Amino acid sequence: MSHIQTVHQHTGCGTKTCTEIQTEQSGYSVQPPEEPGCDGAEKQTESTFADGVKDGIPTLLGYISIGLAAGIVGAASHLSVLEMGIMSLLVYAGAAQFIICGMLAVHAPVSAIILTTFIVNLRNFLLSATLAPHFTRYSLLRNIGIGLLVTDESFGVAAGRLAQGKPLNDRWMNGLNLIAYVSWVVSCVVGALFGSWIADPEQFGMDYALTAMFVALLVLQLGHLVPAKLKHYLQLMGYMVIAMLLLSLFVSSQLAVIIATVIVATIGVVTEK
Amino acid sequence: MSMQWTTLIVIIGCALVTMIPRVLPFLVVRNLNLPAPVLKWLSYIPVCILTALVVDNFLIQEKDSLRIDWQVIIVLIPTFLIAIKTRSLSITVIAGVMMMAAVRYFF
Repeated sequence: MSHIQTVHQHTGCGTKTCTEIQTEQSGYSVQPPEEPGCDGAEKQTESTFADGVKDGIPTLLGYISIGLAAGIVGAASHLSVLEMGIMSLLVYAGAAQFIICGMLAVHAPVSAIILTTFIVNLRNFLLSATLAPHFTRYSLLRNIGIGLLVTDESFGVAAGRLAQGKPLNDRWMNGLNLIAYVSWVVSCVVGALFGSWIADPEQFGMDYALTAMFVALLVLQLGHLVPAKLKHYLQLMGYMVIAMLLLSLFVSSQLAVIIATVIVATIGVVTEK
Repeated sequence: MSMQWTTLIVIIGCALVTMIPRVLPFLVVRNLNLPAPVLKWLSYIPVCILTALVVDNFLIQEKDSLRIDWQVIIVLIPTFLIAIKTRSLSITVIAGVMMMAAVRYFF
């Protein structure tokens, strides 16, 4: 995580080449102003797989804590470590895995479990639809590979990069996605293995890791906006809170997320100046 | 190590229904140029969905009532301030978890 902090310390080209500075700047943080003299062809160097991995590191605490919790819940629902491992590899979705474990434990019908999972993960359609236009230049197979591993968090980091006006490329996205995937699967399996050891992960505030992460990703989204646009976005956030509260009275919160987003994004387009 | 057939079928079924919404946009967008209003609409998705996910975390849905998790709200305020001040994902997450642990310990 240290590379994020080091960004602030570069004041010029100095001992570093422009490419090195460019690479280090790909972290999540306030960007220092462009140094004069650093411009040129090298500035356009594409981000690498390793940059994607580095940018993903700050999100890992969220995956690890939730993955451990999911593994523990799996163990409590009488799933074997093998079953939990296969579920994490194939389904790879936090909220859905909790629900699958819970429903398996109460012997819910297979069709009901699958339908619930579909609804819970439907919002991924919105995430992928937002990212997909940035990857059309790559092969079909690469697009499928990227799409399969998009999560709320990797989406948040990628959207933050777009908000900074930086392009997305396949290697960076794969680095970001794969570090998340590996840490998710490993922590789910470890959680299932030690299932009975940690009785109450909530006591340590671990479940809040995800919320805090979404707050940070949200702030990073807003951090690069001009004041007029920021005001517009803050209004939309207010509408989102209202929409979520109202919709949650009538539908599941997972559905509320999707419906509220569709409505308020539309309001955003209509009210844009 | 054991594996039950029902569990395997559930996992495969759930994997398929998770893959479809993740991959479909990547397949569709390739063959079609999205009109400008749609792209504009998509640009609003990140802020909306991230806000929704934050709100979702302080709502407790029960059978016939909706409650607010005040512990989360209390910690959310300093979390926002830390995120705005540091602009760092990792600092925000670590500070958030510590504050939540403290709130749960004292209340």
